Amino acid sequence: MDTNGATTSSAAGGGSTSTSDSSLLSKKNSKKPQYSRFTQQELPACKPILTPGLVITTFTIIGIIFIPIGLVSLSASEHVVEIVDRYDEGCVPPNYSNDKLAYIQSSRTNKSCTRTLSVPKLMKSPVFIYYELDNFYQNHRRYVKSRSDKQLRSKAYERETKNCDPQAVSLDAPIVPCGLIAWSLFNDTYGFFVKSKMLEVNKKNIAWDSDKEHKFGSDVYPKNFQTGGLIGGAKLNSTTPLSEQEDLIVWMRTAALPTFRKLYGRIEEDLQANEQITVVIQNHYNTYSFGGKKKLVLSTTSWIGGKNDFIGIAYITVGGLCLFLAVNFILLYVIKPRALGDPSYLSWNRSPAGNPN
Amino acid sequence: MDSKIPVENLFSIEPVLSSSSRRSISTHSKASSGNSIREVNFSDLGSKPVRYGSHGAESETYSMSQKEINDEDARLVQINDPVKTNERFEFAGNSIRTGKYSILTFLPRNLFEQFHRVAYIYFLVIAVLNQLPQLAVFGRGASIMPLAIVLLVTAVKDAYEDYRRHRSDTIENNRLASVLVNDHFQQKKWKNIQTINLDGESNLKTRYAKQETVLKITEKEKIAGLIKCEKPNRNIYGFQANMEIDGKRVSLGPSNIILRGCELKNTAWAVGVAVYAGRETKVMLNSSGAPSKRSRLETHMNSEIIFLSLFLIALCTVVSVCAAVWLRRHRDELDYLPFYRRKDFSEAEEENYNYYGWGLEIFFTFLMSVIVFQIMIPISLYISMELVRVGQAYFMIRDTQMYDESSDSRFQCRALNINEDLGQIKYVFSDKTGTLTENKMEFQCASIWGVDYSGGKATSQDQEDGYFVEVDGKVLRPKMKVKTDPELLQIAKNGKETKDGCHVHDFFLALAACNTIVPLILDTPDPIVKLIDYQGESPDEQALVYAAASYGFMLIERTSGHVVIDIQGVRQRFNVLGLHEFDSDRKRMSVILGFPDQSVKVFVKGADTSMFSVMDRSMNINVKRITEAHLYSYSSLGLRTLVVGMRELSTSEFDDWHSAFEAASTALMGRASLLRKVASNIENNLCILGASGIEDKLQQGVPEAIESLRTAGIKVWVLTGDKQETAISIGYSSKLLTSKMTQIIINSNSMESCRKSLEDAIIMSKKLTTISGNINNTGGTLGTVLTPVALIIDGTSLVYILDSELEERLFQLACNCSVVLCCRVAPLQKAGIVSLVKKRTVDMTLAIGDGANDVSMIQMADVGVGISGQEGRQAVMASDFAMGQFRFLVTLLLVHGHWNYQRMGYMILYNFYRNAVFVLVLFWYVLFTCFTLTTAITEWSSVLYSVIYTSVPTIVVGILDKDLNRRTLLKYPQLYGAGHRQECYNKRLFWITMIDTFWQSAVAFFIPLLAYWGGTIDASSIGDLWTLAVVILVNLHLAMDVIRWNWITHVAIWGSIIATFICVIIIDAIPTLVGYWAIFEIVKTGKFWLCLLAIIVAALIPRFVVKVLYQLYTPCDVQIAREAEKFRTLSESAAVEIEMNPILDPPRR
Repeated sequence: MDTNGATTSSAAGGGSTSTSDSSLLSKKNSKKPQYSRFTQQELPACKPILTPGLVITTFTIIGIIFIPIGLVSLSASEHVVEIVDRYDEGCVPPNYSNDKLAYIQSSRTNKSCTRTLSVPKLMKSPVFIYYELDNFYQNHRRYVKSRSDKQLRSKAYERETKNCDPQAVSLDAPIVPCGLIAWSLFNDTYGFFVKSKMLEVNKKNIAWDSDKEHKFGSDVYPKNFQTGGLIGGAKLNSTTPLSEQEDLIVWMRTAALPTFRKLYGRIEEDLQANEQITVVIQNHYNTYSFGGKKKLVLSTTSWIGGKNDFIGIAYITVGGLCLFLAVNFILLYVIKPRALGDPSYLSWNRSPAGNPN
Repeated sequence: MDSKIPVENLFSIEPVLSSSSRRSISTHSKASSGNSIREVNFSDLGSKPVRYGSHGAESETYSMSQKEINDEDARLVQINDPVKTNERFEFAGNSIRTGKYSILTFLPRNLFEQFHRVAYIYFLVIAVLNQLPQLAVFGRGASIMPLAIVLLVTAVKDAYEDYRRHRSDTIENNRLASVLVNDHFQQKKWKNIQTINLDGESNLKTRYAKQETVLKITEKEKIAGLIKCEKPNRNIYGFQANMEIDGKRVSLGPSNIILRGCELKNTAWAVGVAVYAGRETKVMLNSSGAPSKRSRLETHMNSEIIFLSLFLIALCTVVSVCAAVWLRRHRDELDYLPFYRRKDFSEAEEENYNYYGWGLEIFFTFLMSVIVFQIMIPISLYISMELVRVGQAYFMIRDTQMYDESSDSRFQCRALNINEDLGQIKYVFSDKTGTLTENKMEFQCASIWGVDYSGGKATSQDQEDGYFVEVDGKVLRPKMKVKTDPELLQIAKNGKETKDGCHVHDFFLALAACNTIVPLILDTPDPIVKLIDYQGESPDEQALVYAAASYGFMLIERTSGHVVIDIQGVRQRFNVLGLHEFDSDRKRMSVILGFPDQSVKVFVKGADTSMFSVMDRSMNINVKRITEAHLYSYSSLGLRTLVVGMRELSTSEFDDWHSAFEAASTALMGRASLLRKVASNIENNLCILGASGIEDKLQQGVPEAIESLRTAGIKVWVLTGDKQETAISIGYSSKLLTSKMTQIIINSNSMESCRKSLEDAIIMSKKLTTISGNINNTGGTLGTVLTPVALIIDGTSLVYILDSELEERLFQLACNCSVVLCCRVAPLQKAGIVSLVKKRTVDMTLAIGDGANDVSMIQMADVGVGISGQEGRQAVMASDFAMGQFRFLVTLLLVHGHWNYQRMGYMILYNFYRNAVFVLVLFWYVLFTCFTLTTAITEWSSVLYSVIYTSVPTIVVGILDKDLNRRTLLKYPQLYGAGHRQECYNKRLFWITMIDTFWQSAVAFFIPLLAYWGGTIDASSIGDLWTLAVVILVNLHLAMDVIRWNWITHVAIWGSIIATFICVIIIDAIPTLVGYWAIFEIVKTGKFWLCLLAIIVAALIPRFVVKVLYQLYTPCDVQIAREAEKFRTLSESAAVEIEMNPILDPPRR
C-alpha cells in the first residue's frame, strides 16, 4: 500500500522492485526475496586482521623504505649549494638608515647598490637566481583576489576588471594587467660580475610554459599600467605581449606562504669555489614600509628542489620510529603473546578469577 | 461488482453459496466483507450527472440536501438524489492521490518541504551569506553547489518515491466498476479498487444488508432516502449511521458498511451507497506514515554536534581575534601595504576601498570564517545517514531469513530513522497470543456437564477423513480435521437419548451456533467432495466450529437471519433472533436462537470469570466445581478456555428483550452501551453447559529465539491478556521460565497488599541475589549475577501499581528478575509497563505484538515491532518494523541490529573526523595568510570534498561493512552486548577521534609547509598537494577500518581517490582559474610524492599503533570473534563445545 510519507514507501520500494524482478525471474507470485549473494550480504570478501606478524612486517617495511629515502633526500639537499644575501638593510645608505622609507620613495636617491658574494663550493650550471621576500603576504585575501584572469588571457576581455579594484581603471580606461598583484610587481634588478666580467643572466623560460602559452595572451599588451597616483612596482614594456613578460608571469603565480622565493633568472655557467661575485642591485622595491626583508639567492638545484633538509629528516624520523615500533611489537609478542581468536578470551568465557572486562 | 446487474435490482444482494449448495434463501441477503466496492453502504443508487469532470464525480453525487438538527457532526447522504446536493458541502471525490506532487508543483513544493529541515536551512543561510559581496569567500557557483547537490539528491529520492505513488494511484484510479446511473449500470472508470487488507485480517467478516432495503428488490421505482452518518474518521472498527427510508429509521453499524479495499466473497455483487470516498475513506485516513522517531545514536550524536558547533565558533573566534590584532598593529601601514592597499587612488578623492572600519572588518572576518569552515558541522552527515539507512533497510527487507513462507510476507521497514537502535535493545516486551504463539487455535478437549473428555489422542482412525455429510450426492467435509475423543464422539452420535447426550447436544449446538463464523464452500479436484472452510474474525471461534463439525454439528450456512446446522446428518434450520457481539467489558457473546419447535434459547459463551458470574445460582454446585477444576487443569496445560452456557427464554422474556434490542440498535447516540445493557439483561441465570480447551500452538522457533535473546543480555517480558496459569505454562514451553528459576507471584487486590507483596518480593529477590552473589564472589567480581528469579504479576495488581509510588518498587524488583510475566493485562497497562521501564532506565526498549491491543505498547516503546499475523493490521500500522514470525526478532536484533549499530556508529565518528580534518587543514593555512580566510585549496575542491571526494566510501561502508558474519553472531548471542556497552559510539571514542583528527590535520598541513617553506611554491600547487593528501589520508583511514573488503568497497575507496585526481586535474585544466596547470607542474617533482607518502604514513601511525595495541591486548568480544571467524574455522567443533556451557548459564549482566 503506497501512501503518503517516505516511511512506508521505502518498504514498498523494495516490494515494487521485487515484483518486477520476480515476474521476470519466476512465475510464482511470491514475495520471497530473490536469493543473491549481494542481497544476503554474502559477497566474497577479504577480511584482513592485524596479526602481530602483519603489524611487525608493516612497520619493518616502512622503516626499511623510509630511512634510505630520508638519507638520499638529505644528501641531495646537502649537495645543493646556496648563497643567500639579505640586502634590504645593507643597500640603504647610512644617512638614510633612520628613514628608509624616504630613501626608497624618493626619486632622486641613488638606488644602485653593490654586494659581494663568495661562492662556498663549486656551483654547477645552471645556477638559479631567486629573490626572496619575507613578511610579504602574497596570499592575503585582498591580494590574491585582485586580478583578472580573463583579461590576462585575451584581448577581448580587456574590460573584465571587476575584481581588480583598487587598480582596475585609470582615468576610465582599464588597466592591463589590472589588479594589485600586477601593480606590485617586483622591480629590483641584479647584475652579476665575476672578476669584472659580467655574467650573463638568462631570463628566458623562468615561467611555466603552460602559463606562457595559455594563461597569458600573446595579443594582450600592457595598457595604462603604473600610470596612477601610486606606483607599486615595475613598469612593463607596452610593446611586449603579456605572454612574454616572464617576470610578470612568475610574479602572478602568487606564493603560498609569506616567505617565498621567485625565480629571477639563470646563470648558465659554473661558479667556482671561493670566487667572489659582485652583484649590482638596483634597489627599487619598497619592502621598508612593512618591514619586509629582501634577499638575493643563488642556488643550484637537485631532484628534491632547493636546499631543504626537512624531508630527509622527516623520513629518517618516521622510518626510525617505525623500526623502533617493530622492535617493540616483537618484544611484546614474545613477552605477552595472545592466541588469536581463542574463544576462551571472550568476556563471558573468562574465568571470574581472570581479567573481568 | 464485476457483473452488470439488471436495472431493477437495487437493494438485494445475491446470496451465493456456490451453486451446488444454493438453497433458496429468500429475503435475507448477505454481503460478506466486501470487495472492490468503495465504501459502500447499501444500495449503490444512481450515480449522477458528472459535475466535476471525471474526477470523483460519482462520489460527489450523494451529499446533503437538507440540514438536520444537531448534525454538525453528521454527514448526510441523499440516496439517489444528487442533483440538488452539494449545495453547501463538497465531499471528497473518489479519486485518491497519495502522491504529493504533480509535475508542475514538484519544484516549489518539494523545495518547501525540504527547507523544513534545519540542516538545509543551515546550508541556505551559509549560501546566502556568501552572496554578500563583503563576504564572498567562494564564487557564486561554488557556494551554491553544496546546497544544490543536497537538494538534488533529496529531490531525486522524493521524486522517485512520488513516481511510484503516482503509478499505484493511476492503477488504482483506473479500475472499472459498474455504477448505477439513472437506474442503469454503466461501466465507468472506477476510481477506487484496491485490494488491501485494511486490518490485515485474511479471514472473513460478515456484512449484512438491512432487511428493510432488501424489500426494494421487487420495487422498480426510484429509491430515495437519507443516510445520516459520522464524519469521516479513522476508526476502522466502528461506524454509526442511520438511514431514513420509506419513512422508517434504520440503524446502521459497522457490520453494514463495506470498507474501501475489502474484497467481496460469497456473493457476486452488492449494491450500495457510497458514503465516504477518495481520501475520506477509512483506508486512506489510516494510511498516515509511521511515527517518526529519532534513534538513540542520533541523539548522542547531536550532543557531539553541539560540541562541534562550539569548536567551529572557537575556530572562527581565533581567526577573527588574530585578524583584529593584526589589523590593529598594522593600522598605519594598511593604506600602502602592497598586499592590502586600503586606499583607492583611482578616483579624484582618495577613499578607503572595501574597508568598513576595524569593528566591521572583524565581524566580516568572523562570518567569512564560518563560511569557510562550514563543513565542520557535518550537515551532509544527515543526508548520508538517510541514504545509509535506506540501504540497510533494503538489505533487511531482502533478507531471506526474515521472509515468512506461511504468510508470504517480507520483513517491512516502516520507520527509517531507527535502524541502529536495533543493536542496543535491552528490554523486549512481547505479547503472547499471535506473537509467541501462532494464533491458530486447535480444539483440544472439552468438559461437558462436569465430565472431562480429553482423550483426543485416542485413535480416530476408524474414520480417518473425519466427519462429513452428504447433500444431493455431494460430500461436504470440514477443511480442517480435529482430533476427536472417541467416547465423546460416540455420545454425540447417539443423539439426545441419554442425559449426557442431551448436554453434549446442547454444548455442540452452542459451539456451532454461538459465533460469527461464515462457512465457505470450496471446490476440490474431486467434483463430489466439497470442503467447508470456516471463516471468521476470531480464531477461537473457528476452532470451536471445526470441533463441533467433527462431532457431527456442522454449520452449513449463516445469514443474518438464520443458521443451518447439519446435526448428525439431519439438516436443521434455526432462526437467529438476536446476536450480542463480543466486547471486552462483558467478555462474552450470546446468540438467541429460535428453534424449529418455536422454543427460544439464548446461548452464551465467554471467559470463565464472566460466565460464572452470570450463571444460575441454583445450578448443580458440583458441576460448577468440577468444571472449574477442569478449567484449571486445562489452563495449566497452556490451553485457552471458554465456558459455554445456555438458557431457555419464555415468550414474555423474549418479547421484552426484543423491544429493548430494537430500541437500542437503532439509537444513534450511545448505541454500544445500550446494546451492552440489553445483552447483560438477557445473559443471566445461565445453565453452564461446559467448557472447552483450545490449544494455541507456539510459533516455530520461539523457545530458541527467547533463549538467544536472553543469552544476548536482553530481558524478555511477556505481557499477555491470558490467565496466569496459561501464561505460566506458555512460559515454560517457550523456555521463558525454567525449572531453575524461583517464581515470585504477585496477585493482590488492594494497594496495601500490593505494597506488601512487592516489598517481600524485593527482599526475597535480594536474598537470592546475595546468595548467588556469594557463590560468585568466590570467583571474583561478578557479584551481580543472579539466580534467576521470575516475576509473575497480574493485571489487577498492576492497576494499583502503575501510576502510583509503587512503580518504583516494581521496577526495582523487575530489575532483579531475569523474567517478568504479566498476565491479564489490559492494552493500556501494557503501555504503562513499557513506559515504567522507559522512564527509569536509559536502556532501549522494544515492544512486539500483533494485535490491536498491542498498539499502545508498540507506540510507547523505543522500537515497535508488529507481527503481521492473524490478528489484523493495526499493530503493523503502528509499528516501526513488521515481520511474519517472532523468531525473526533474533535475526533482526542480533544480526541486522548489530550490524546497523556498528556501521552507523562508525560512520558518524568517521564523518566527524573526515570533515574536521579538512576544516583544520584550512584553519592552519589561514594562520599564515594574515587571518584572511584565503584557501590554498581551490574553492571547487573544498566544495567537492564532502560531495565527491570522500562521500561514497563512507556510505558504501555504512551499508555493506560487516564486523562479523551472520553465523558467528547467531552462535554467540552475547556479542550483542557490544551495543549495550555502546562500544561503537561513545564519548571516549569521540574524543579519541578528535585528538586523532588534530594530529592528522597537523601532519597533513605542516609537512608540506615545512618542506616548501621559503621555496618557490605557489598557492595553487601546494593547495593541490593538500587536497590530495587529505583525501587520500581520509580514504586510507577508512580503508584501515574496513573489516570486510568486497569488490564494491574496493571500487568505492580506490575509485574515490582516482576520482579526486581526475577532478583536481580537470579543475587545473581550466585556464581562467588561478591554479591553471599547477597539478601537472607539481607531480613532476619528486618532493610532491615524498610529501604525500610521508603525510599518509606519519598521520596514520598513531591510530594504527593504538588500534593494534587495543586489538591485541584488550580485545573486545567482537574482535576475538572476528579472529575466531578467520582462524578457527577448522576447529569450530571444539569451539562449540566450549560455548555450549555458558549459554545454559544465567545471562551475565
